[in-house]
Amino acid sequence: MNLTLKIWRQKNAQDKGQMVDYKIGGIEPDMSFLEMLDVLNNELVEKGDEPVAFDHDCREGICGMCSLFINGEAHGPDRGITTCQLHMRKFKEGDTIYIEPWRAKAFPVIKDLVVDRSSFDRIQHAGGFISVNTSGNTQDANNIPVNKHDADRSFDAATCIGCGACVATCKNSSAMLFVSAKVSQFALLPQGRIEATERVLNMVEAMDNEGFGNCTNTGACEVECPKGISLENIARMNREYLSASIK
Amino acid sequence: MSLDNKIPQGPIDTKWTDYKDHINLVNPANKRNIDVIVVGTGLAGGSAAATLAELGYNVKAFCYQDSPRRAHSIAAQGGINAAKNYQGDGDSIYRLFYDTVKGGDYRAREANVHRLAEVSVNIIDQCVAQGVPLAREYGGLLDNRSFGGTQVSRTFYAKGQTGQQLLLGAYSAMNRQIGRGKIKMYNRHEMLDVVLVGGKARGIIARNLITGELERHSAHAVVIATGGYGNVFFLSTNAMGSNVTAAWKIHKKGAYFANPCYTQIHPTCIPVTGDHQSKLTLMSESLRNDGRIWVPAKLEDAQAIREGKKKPTDLAEADRDYYLERRYPSFGNLVPRDVASRAAKERCDAGFGVNATGEAVYLDFAAAIDRYGKEQARIHHLDENDAKLVYDLGQKVVENKYGNLFQMYYKIVDEDPYTTPMMIYPAVHYTMGGVWVDYNLMTTIEGCYCIGEANFSDHGANRLGASALMQGLADGYFVLPYTIGNYLADDIRTGKIPTDTPEFDEAEKNVKSLIDHLMSNNGSHSVDYFHKKLGKVMWNNVGMARNAKGLTEAMDEIAAIREDFYKNVKVSGTANSFNQELEKALRVADFLELGELFAKDALHREESCGGHFREEHQTAEGEAQRDDANFAYVAAWEYKGNPREAVLHKEDLVYENIKMVTRSYK
Repeated sequence: MNLTLKIWRQKNAQDKGQMVDYKIGGIEPDMSFLEMLDVLNNELVEKGDEPVAFDHDCREGICGMCSLFINGEAHGPDRGITTCQLHMRKFKEGDTIYIEPWRAKAFPVIKDLVVDRSSFDRIQHAGGFISVNTSGNTQDANNIPVNKHDADRSFDAATCIGCGACVATCKNSSAMLFVSAKVSQFALLPQGRIEATERVLNMVEAMDNEGFGNCTNTGACEVECPKGISLENIARMNREYLSASIK
Repeated sequence: MSLDNKIPQGPIDTKWTDYKDHINLVNPANKRNIDVIVVGTGLAGGSAAATLAELGYNVKAFCYQDSPRRAHSIAAQGGINAAKNYQGDGDSIYRLFYDTVKGGDYRAREANVHRLAEVSVNIIDQCVAQGVPLAREYGGLLDNRSFGGTQVSRTFYAKGQTGQQLLLGAYSAMNRQIGRGKIKMYNRHEMLDVVLVGGKARGIIARNLITGELERHSAHAVVIATGGYGNVFFLSTNAMGSNVTAAWKIHKKGAYFANPCYTQIHPTCIPVTGDHQSKLTLMSESLRNDGRIWVPAKLEDAQAIREGKKKPTDLAEADRDYYLERRYPSFGNLVPRDVASRAAKERCDAGFGVNATGEAVYLDFAAAIDRYGKEQARIHHLDENDAKLVYDLGQKVVENKYGNLFQMYYKIVDEDPYTTPMMIYPAVHYTMGGVWVDYNLMTTIEGCYCIGEANFSDHGANRLGASALMQGLADGYFVLPYTIGNYLADDIRTGKIPTDTPEFDEAEKNVKSLIDHLMSNNGSHSVDYFHKKLGKVMWNNVGMARNAKGLTEAMDEIAAIREDFYKNVKVSGTANSFNQELEKALRVADFLELGELFAKDALHREESCGGHFREEHQTAEGEAQRDDANFAYVAAWEYKGNPREAVLHKEDLVYENIKMVTRSYK
């Protein structure tokens, strides 16, 4: 395949940045989107140009490191996947592809397509844990049975990979889907209930302080989420928050 | 230096308890005055950092990713072993210990493995208390499954995302300590050297990957938890950034590197499709619980399938060769990874491979879907002769167990694995070799520890499934926090370690001069060009089967690629900015040295064991032939300026509790 790529280039956080055009050939349908960028970068390096910076690591859809807004969609034109799982068979000969970084106030650009998502970590520092020491002196794991339905729903919430697609795709740059996934994971388990009040209050406060917008129930986050994290979690977080606020 | 493994005296099942009862402790007020550096924040590093901080030490944790939550432990799929015997199927600490030592082909250290089996029980309790949502049965109790190489169900899991959930557990424990200020987290930082003061590890030189700045960090002890070095093959199941740099730098400063040739080739990965490929994707070994592995029984059928003239579903049962069930009737599809990998290679080498490159076998779920479907039909009083209904019910069960893996396969291969058997082939996965450590997990550098996959001690020549997560968390939560205290007890009066000393100057200068060389080298090839060349040599000559000729050639070829790299590599951009090419160049420089030591180690080990298969040493039936009389030792290499000149030190492996026998899974 021969393609035209329009890629956001930005030297550093202070630089203004701009879209730059690249022509690329020899792309196979079996290549992943990131492998296509590898091909481009290899050409750029051998020509003496700076390669395009982009985040990636596991390349199997689980680490949450890859990002990219592709033709206006977080992780590109497929559902339930991350950019590393997007394959070039989704594109056609001669296509023009727009590639941009996540854009949100709370995710400042570091370089080109790489953004700083440490705001997500700081929200977790505020309450994304259960306060138990790692001493190994806890009670036997089967002493507190957990309803399978609850365990499964907790697991579903816990599968969030923290990639930030929800924020990038939200017109308000809201982090509600991400934060609510963590709140829900613990809210659904007996182990997490004891400090649920502090958790939700602290995490929501941290989320607001980081400059994320509010949720207006548009639902774009759920559509673009590579792990299918459900809007139900936002509803649950809102209930948790409300009941914590009036305690 | 003599190789003292410091294994405590006494019976195996009380060694660890006795040891803990008698080590020196650091009182809480003194812990506040002690700093510990932890490099790497996966299961081992993350759990260690959290626990050391809880105990009261000041922890500085480093990772190259943008967040500890992205460490590659997150990609582990299948599960974590623990000798809980919840299923009542005969499991025990001894049996987990026994299976691990046997599975490792009697090349692991008994005392370490027994300790691992002992603490495995606490890991599950710990993780559940942290809110890790492990799979439950309808009665609310934890569920288990079985894994390759064992005959009991001792594996705890969270769908096919167990590593993710356990890592997020460790990450949450870290978050709690970061929030309190007990861990200072350095994301997007890479350790580029260790600093020794008076022979002791007292700090590191790290590069801030955003600004390019070199930073000096001091501590009373340094813990390396940076995982394995499988990316020396370029293609592996590791994350793209996984590297050997931290482990290699401490090796160059005096830490012995043990058994580098022990690399696990995992049997169930998605096959390679072409030269563009950047990495390989694993399909969890748990799939072998329900999938049956086969190739066509006739060469002409295999050829017809490769040419697209036949589909696997066209072949009748009698025309299929379920070669694992045929060769190993008692373990069948659940033989250990090394055995399953070699058997797949053997069939493909003989011409029975099923994809275009001839390097793939089938993993077939049709029988499982049918079996589960009929079971469901009976449970719900439906017609078990209705083929469509049975298929739908069975498909649902399989989807519940492995849905995410099937989806992953579908996205990559563009074929539906529910209706067409998956294609799989072995790929480089886990490295059992690593930095040599004693019973305390200390390397041959005083005050420098190495935990998790980065060390060598627990898996021998082959790692059983669901044991990597167990070792990472065991080391980090429950072993290192004790053993490091014993060492740090001598440091309570040392005070802050200054960084404006000649030792730090020297280390920083060396790092800077390497970076300057790479940046000013006006070569013509990208870093990947050299990495791929190295990978090809490693896979062809140091891969699943090795011989003396190939290994000797590999050593020369790797040395030549290394020389070419320093002359002809091109790194664009600048040193004092975010520069991913430079990051890669620094990592590949170390792989180019490790690769040669790896081949040297494989050449010297004149036997076949676990993940190391020397063609010269096999039985008439093609099984690995171990040589216990001459090779029952750990090969620990001392750096002497060039990998080729590394000096061998041997730690004899003594088996007092398990009799060494030939592994048989027949």
